[in-house]
Amino acid sequence: MVIVPLLAIGFGVNLQYAIGASLISVIATSSGAAAAYVREGYTNIRIGMFLEIATTVGALGGAFLAGMISTSAIAIVFAAVLLYSAWLSARPRVEHVTQDLSDPLARSLRLNGTYPTPDGLQPYGVQRVATGFSLMFVAGILSGLLGIGSGAVKVLAMDNAMRLPFKVSTTTSNFMIGVTAAASAGVYLRRGYIDPVLSFPVMLGVLAGALLGARILTRTHPKHLRLVFSVVIVALAIEMVYRAIQGTI
Amino acid sequence: MVRWDDAKVQRAVGSVLRFGVLTAAFVAAVGGALFLAQHGGEPVHYAVFRGEPPELSSLVGILRGSLHLEPRALTQLGLLLLIATPVARVALSLVGFLMERDRKYQVITLVVLLILLGSLVGRI
Repeated sequence: MVIVPLLAIGFGVNLQYAIGASLISVIATSSGAAAAYVREGYTNIRIGMFLEIATTVGALGGAFLAGMISTSAIAIVFAAVLLYSAWLSARPRVEHVTQDLSDPLARSLRLNGTYPTPDGLQPYGVQRVATGFSLMFVAGILSGLLGIGSGAVKVLAMDNAMRLPFKVSTTTSNFMIGVTAAASAGVYLRRGYIDPVLSFPVMLGVLAGALLGARILTRTHPKHLRLVFSVVIVALAIEMVYRAIQGTI
Repeated sequence: MVRWDDAKVQRAVGSVLRFGVLTAAFVAAVGGALFLAQHGGEPVHYAVFRGEPPELSSLVGILRGSLHLEPRALTQLGLLLLIATPVARVALSLVGFLMERDRKYQVITLVVLLILLGSLVGRI
């Protein structure tokens, strides 16, 4: 999420190249993290696969849109998503797990599952599948348009609408962002938006970070980390809007 | 025949992911190192978008360049392998759902796989 502003504002890279490199970083994060801890058994592969229909179609639409609208317009949308993410990460995330297994769509698609807790395997029910699916379509469009993982919209869909346990939504969303980004990365690659020399250091850095990050993260205070993150992205959002208005992005 | 379930499919997927990510990183690192060895001292120009040439933006071009050990094509091949890891993940899930004889999810997974392959070879 910070790769695009970092490259575009920090290093003066053209926005299209920055978005291409960012898509690579999203895939590296997803695949790197999944390769680092797959054995935990929280990912709900059915939820992921079903929602990926929405995210991949959205991603293709977003990638298509990216070729049609100006970089200033993309920067403004980007800033709005940054601000929303800052607001979301400054608030405590509320878990609404339910054992209500009655949602008809969730039943017919066999989305309800179980996850490991200290008290053994707990069943969880999935709610409002149609709302979640629609939000995922939006997440896909933003991902294809901006080259991001759209984690913030996915949290909204999976935690708030579908009521998944955190451990399930986090790992399932990680599975989905890689697949979603791969859908738009194909389009970006063929359009010539992915530059190898710009993207390979991003990829290697992110992979190393994904493998090491899991260890460092356990020793920091998430509260402080979230605050720093919020301040940084608000600043980036303001800078992006300023540059969009100036027409220098 | 061994019975397949979601957990077993996920373990197989994990091994493939690790292998794919490491291969992609290795290929991109070799290509990148070759490029930097030849052009590392030159200034870069990313402020203006020009688009990559066909040798670096089509599958055929990238593969052809990689066979000739062209550094940027090889680096791009590494990125392409990385893009392929989630696609492989979906393809393996399809195998899993075939083994589980889950008809509904065979169709869902096939749709996702076709979208992904279409984006790589299509003409949008």
